[in-house]
Amino acid sequence: MLLQHEPAPETIETKEVYKEMGLTDDEFLTVKEILGRRPNYTETGLFSVMWSEHCSYKHSKNVLKKFPTQGEQVVQGPGEGAGAVDIGDGQAAVFKMESHNHPSAVEPYEGAATGVGGILRDVFSMGARPVALLNSLRFGPLKTARDRYLFEEVVAGIAGYGNCVGVPTVGGEIQFDPCYEEKPLMNAMCVGLIDTKDLQKGLAAGTGNTVMYIGAGTGRDGIHGATFASEELSEESESKRPSVQVGDPFAEKRVLEACMEIVQEDALIGIQDMGAAGLTSSSAEMASKAGYGIEMNLDHVPQREKDMTAYEMMLSESQERMLIVVKQGEEKTFKDICAYWNLHAEIIGTVIEEPRLRLTHHGDVVADVPVDSLAEDGPVYSPEKQVPAYYETFQSQPTWNPEGEVTEDWLTSLLQQPTLASKEWVYDQYDYMVQTNTVVAPGADAVVLRLKGYDKGIALTTDGNSRYIYMDPETGGKIAVAEAARNIVVSGGVPLGITDCLNYGSPEKPEIFWQLDTSITGMSEAAAVLNTPVVGGNVSLYNETAAGAVYPTPVIGMVGKVEKLAHITPSAFTAAGDRIYVLGETQAEFEGSELQQMQMGAVSGRPPALDLEKEANRQHQLTAAIQAGMVASAHDVSEGGLAAALAESVMTTEGLGADVSLDMHAELLFSETQSRFIVSVKAEDAETFESIVPEAVNAGIVTADEQLYINTTDKALSWRVQQLREVWKGAIPCMVKSKG
Amino acid sequence: MKAAVIVFPGSNCDMDMQHALQLAGMEVEFVRHTETSVAGFDLIALPGGFSYGDYLRSGAIARFAPVMESVKEQADKGTLVLGVCNGFQVLTEAGMLPGALKRNDGLKFICRPVALTVENEQTPFTSAYEQGETAVIPVAHGDGCYFADDETIAALKANRQIVFTYQSELNGSKEAIAGITNERGNVLGMMPHPERAVEALLGSSDGAPLFDAMIKHWREAHAPAT
Repeated sequence: MLLQHEPAPETIETKEVYKEMGLTDDEFLTVKEILGRRPNYTETGLFSVMWSEHCSYKHSKNVLKKFPTQGEQVVQGPGEGAGAVDIGDGQAAVFKMESHNHPSAVEPYEGAATGVGGILRDVFSMGARPVALLNSLRFGPLKTARDRYLFEEVVAGIAGYGNCVGVPTVGGEIQFDPCYEEKPLMNAMCVGLIDTKDLQKGLAAGTGNTVMYIGAGTGRDGIHGATFASEELSEESESKRPSVQVGDPFAEKRVLEACMEIVQEDALIGIQDMGAAGLTSSSAEMASKAGYGIEMNLDHVPQREKDMTAYEMMLSESQERMLIVVKQGEEKTFKDICAYWNLHAEIIGTVIEEPRLRLTHHGDVVADVPVDSLAEDGPVYSPEKQVPAYYETFQSQPTWNPEGEVTEDWLTSLLQQPTLASKEWVYDQYDYMVQTNTVVAPGADAVVLRLKGYDKGIALTTDGNSRYIYMDPETGGKIAVAEAARNIVVSGGVPLGITDCLNYGSPEKPEIFWQLDTSITGMSEAAAVLNTPVVGGNVSLYNETAAGAVYPTPVIGMVGKVEKLAHITPSAFTAAGDRIYVLGETQAEFEGSELQQMQMGAVSGRPPALDLEKEANRQHQLTAAIQAGMVASAHDVSEGGLAAALAESVMTTEGLGADVSLDMHAELLFSETQSRFIVSVKAEDAETFESIVPEAVNAGIVTADEQLYINTTDKALSWRVQQLREVWKGAIPCMVKSKG
Repeated sequence: MKAAVIVFPGSNCDMDMQHALQLAGMEVEFVRHTETSVAGFDLIALPGGFSYGDYLRSGAIARFAPVMESVKEQADKGTLVLGVCNGFQVLTEAGMLPGALKRNDGLKFICRPVALTVENEQTPFTSAYEQGETAVIPVAHGDGCYFADDETIAALKANRQIVFTYQSELNGSKEAIAGITNERGNVLGMMPHPERAVEALLGSSDGAPLFDAMIKHWREAHAPAT
């Protein structure tokens, strides 16, 4: 038999082999202290992967504590595979968002596909059936062949996996900016439903109970994926392609269906996905959470490849695998379920009293370490932070105002910017209808799913304008949360909770850590005021290349409850003759806007201000009007300002136009002042609507002539809706096809 | 009326089909791919999804599932068989319907509501539509490009086996074919998903007449002799 040569413990120390695995000198010393001896190769691997940023949150743990996580709607807060909020009738929405940025940068199709697979398992390992997938993507502005390749392949990977598993990919958002060239972000969110009483946890409890491995076999793919995800991308990243896992959605579908049966069994003690750090993290975390240990015989791990070492098996991130703990003697029940679904179901270990992870392979003990040292007691750092020079400049520079005379072209050009352009090319490839619950399809502010058998639904959205956050992390952080909540509210929902995905550069750089820390302060404040606790999430750091870091990009995934199906409200105008209202005054706030980016090729200055009290108040008023049945359509005003919001309100419904008069200068149409909405109301409801939302200003009427007229104090602007629609829908397909 | 929904590993529209059949008033049972008999049902539905992950070729492995033998026997006896999307692909692979479904022309998955023309309203599946009627029903497929040789297409036309066509170019299908029956008319395969279009809340209820027609057909067959 071919034996791979693993360095001896002494060599690991003297030749600093641990450094290649991602451990620092100090961390290695700590490992030695914990064990009272030098770790062997396998043990060094266990520590390096569990203490990677991806698994241990060592640089972010302290700042994550700022997030509000409590609320009467919270069923499960951070700490399990996914969070959960109460949606009434004894049911909970289980949800989580996670990044797969590094894999997607190197191998976009599989990187994105396995990102979807991982987030699905996080949700169904809680016992919940996944009902929706969303995503949040960031790419360079599609000007290079590489960016177009990354964009096309990431979208294809998401589609290829989600469509096959049969969970609808219902929405999300995509932004494009030069800062994401070569370092795309791929964040996937999954939402599941469960009767709250059936919620499962990842616990390995009860001495003598059996540890079983379920799902696909273990191969050499994805070894050290979590460590790879905790480094900056470099020229050598290409050589880490083997760190990217390969997805098999057909196996996932079988694991999903098997798990739906498994979680119904009383003999199940705990269940957890083998995600990042695979068998290591699932076993160590399940034991640590329950206060027990696990002894595993790696000879019984199903293997796809010959002669795998303990190190390889423990660090493999092969997909579509779960670890379950079941009552001793009841193993057959689980084997039978898996046999039907044609999945491995092997007994690989036992729960032990002593809180250690002890591994044997070919009769030898190959690792013996305290479980808490892996799962709980990893290093925690409080990195230095420093206000970046750019921020000081932005704060003190003269205010930027748009250049030149406002013309109709401003809007038509804006609608062709990829961030504003229609994403139909993308969601046309996603099966967003399977499971037949999608009432509001992708393209609206939030997606709404009905719950079969109930007169209610859930509203879902992902959001995060990183330009604002880059310019001013605290204000930008608040805006990210507020805008997500706005999206839920305009769709007819009541915001309930947040999962966040925090994408930043290297936390070891003081300016980046300042961005992380300060933006979390902003998000936390908004989450508290808007009563949307953070119930789970993920941190992805080191999103940078030699050319620099991405903008700080926290993405907010939000779930809301739609209390009655009648509350579901479209984003676009619905009928000619309806009155158009603008809710919220407009200031000259052009810095960080889509217009500034378009005219200047970059953003600078101060992002729009946000008054959280005003925001909450308007959201509550609008909800009251919607619930009273007084609103025909509602749309929030975001990138591109009122001009873009009005265009969006007429482009998606055939045969409608609008005639609007606004008491402002034409350039203010492109300001991105926060906390604003466009609402359409039936003429007969106008009076009641105005009494509920007294701040709303009647600005015009929905027409049947497919023309958009906007009259301002200095300009009378008009567009053919058909022309707007063509450029808006055509922009992305055109960019994808370009050969430049 | 009793309907069986066949569940292959990788089927993912099985519950959607069940929901639509129940809304139409049928009793529904799931029948797993490992079963050897699917006798005693008035309708056998092969749902959409990715049976066996679409590995090898869509529907190519499912045709060998133990249950398929019995599906064929029942079809030969005249039982209604409805294959939607992957179900259609399985029916062509199994030789129960002519032709084949290839990768979409544009090589991308397509999910959107599309306008269909009802080309033949005289089948047990379409008698609740008008001839030439437009029905808006969603598609969601990567391999939906219908292909058959000219002789087969001519025969399909001559026997009025082309039941649904796309009103505008979608995926490269010959003659814009969206759905066909077998010669006898009791087996229908279609790429669009009628089970996704039975409630106005979800955007269209234009698929509902298809389910109503099957019930009407069953009632007529089971009307008390006078």
